[in-house]
Amino acid sequence: MSDAVLRVEDLRVAFDTREGLVQAVDGVSWDVAPGRTLGIVGESGSGKTVAAMTAMGLLRGARVRTSGRVLLDGDELLTASPRRLQELRGTAIAMVFQDPLSALHPLLRVGAQIEEALRAHRSGVSRAIARARAIELLELVAIPDASRRVDAYPHELSGGMRQRAMIAMALANEPRVLIADEPTTALDVTVQRQILALLRRLRDELGMAMVLITHDLGVVAETADEVAVMYAGRIVEQAPAAELFAAPQHPYTWGLLRSMPRLDAPIGAELVPIPGRPPSLVHPPSGCRFHPRCPYVRERHREVDPPLEPLVGAGADGHRVACLLSEPERRAIWTRLAQGAPE
Amino acid sequence: MTELAAVERLVKRFPLTRGVMFRRRLGDVAAVDDVTLSVQDGESLGIVGETGSGKSTLARILLNLLEPTSGVVRWRGEDVTHARGARLAELRRARQLVFQDPAGSLNPRKTVGAAVADPFAIHGLLPERAARARRVAELLEQVGLDAALANRYPHELSGGMRQRVGIARAIALGPELLVADEPVSALDVSIQAQILALLRTLQRELRLTLVLISHDLAVVRHMCTRVAVMQHGRLVEVGSVEELFRAPREAYTRELLAAVPRIPGPAAPPSAQSSSSSST
Repeated sequence: MSDAVLRVEDLRVAFDTREGLVQAVDGVSWDVAPGRTLGIVGESGSGKTVAAMTAMGLLRGARVRTSGRVLLDGDELLTASPRRLQELRGTAIAMVFQDPLSALHPLLRVGAQIEEALRAHRSGVSRAIARARAIELLELVAIPDASRRVDAYPHELSGGMRQRAMIAMALANEPRVLIADEPTTALDVTVQRQILALLRRLRDELGMAMVLITHDLGVVAETADEVAVMYAGRIVEQAPAAELFAAPQHPYTWGLLRSMPRLDAPIGAELVPIPGRPPSLVHPPSGCRFHPRCPYVRERHREVDPPLEPLVGAGADGHRVACLLSEPERRAIWTRLAQGAPE
Repeated sequence: MTELAAVERLVKRFPLTRGVMFRRRLGDVAAVDDVTLSVQDGESLGIVGETGSGKSTLARILLNLLEPTSGVVRWRGEDVTHARGARLAELRRARQLVFQDPAGSLNPRKTVGAAVADPFAIHGLLPERAARARRVAELLEQVGLDAALANRYPHELSGGMRQRVGIARAIALGPELLVADEPVSALDVSIQAQILALLRTLQRELRLTLVLISHDLAVVRHMCTRVAVMQHGRLVEVGSVEELFRAPREAYTRELLAAVPRIPGPAAPPSAQSSSSSST
């Protein structure tokens, strides 16, 4: 998309470990436009969080090898100076995490933390104004009784309220991009529903671009416009959300869909687990990285590494998949699977 | 069906205190508040509820791991609320718990083999080394693990493998009732399905009665024949899976169901419309 506010291009991130070089992210590109949500789905070790943390400049160090580009409007974040990064974080790009207790300071009142976030970027803001703004932000994220809760300590709030407080802190300086990493995973379903509705509302009202990282296909379906499915450090499929769920193309995506229990399946229906487990990122499989777990593997797939390519007739922003099966083959297989056939 | 286990008018209160040095007792919270529920022999009963609903407390009392404030715990018709000593040891063999976090329930300094052999050591069974090692190998294979993993340590295993070890321990003594408390919540989607399939297979093969505690309604619907919904320590609604998911009676159950994010696209077998999915 040309109007993207955040663009990740051919990002590679590797960690030097005792076991060898762990290629956590291996050539990933995505972008997100104002007011839109990109959902990034994957299991642990797929690289979804590493890519986002690298984009935020949170993963730097002697043992981290990074290449590619991360463009936030005019700034290149991978090479930005620590000082420039500090300026951009909060004001241009912010992140919320799964566990608010690890992001909020336990001994500081919630309001004081939001005020600090505000004053860190605007030295001229008086304490009184910062406090008023903190209360406003707590109201924005629908914390009831905000003028009282502003003086609460994190432990005095419930999990859902803490998550709201962390979102308020992330929004303090009206970032253009919000990266939310499993923002509702630790929450009850009824609270999850409220938080997702809140994020959608804030995205629309503030025109933020949002990157939603999650393992939960249901959460993605309800929130994202565009979905990228990651496996072993790569994007294996990317499409507009409705398209991805209506006509998924990658065997891994099929596997994820078929291994999730769902409320609209016939009672007694069997789940179909994906056999095996995610590969080592030190010695990834040859050819297609999914081939050791793929029910449709052919000899050639053990050698040829498929690129992420648009389907026939789809534009460069349309439905893309990294799979060596032909399009008619994939369509035929998914039609069979969707009708309840075994592999 | 006959009743295997039950709780009757069960209440569990925890003291609510404030302060660290000078603890003041502010009152009580009822984690479980007047719950009566029975588990039928051979069934799989799901207990669903959100944080603080009391579902885990209820399960621990059912297994005599916690003492209730009042009420009765029954096992095969016998009042076992205050069971002690040898009777309690027998009950432990018959009723086992599978935890959410297998990492937290396995001793990091013990090998997998030693962890699975633990129940035999605790109960003084299979004293002969070779026999015990054979049984451990059998159990590991029964939960889908390579017997050679007996010499590994928990940190060398993936989350799914550790949960399999937890399950091997739980079935080691041939229990009649298995209580699984959020057994797949910490696992990746593709691994969840493997563990759920394993629990189903074991339930069938070992004729286990299963109580599955979960916040995930789709998991409970998939695994169970009957469901109990809890909120704030109380039982809101109990019913068969067919009834409760099709026509929930209570507003809270409806609210819970409505909050579950839906996955679009066909659930096999699909309805007529969804099978004609677009092909770009």
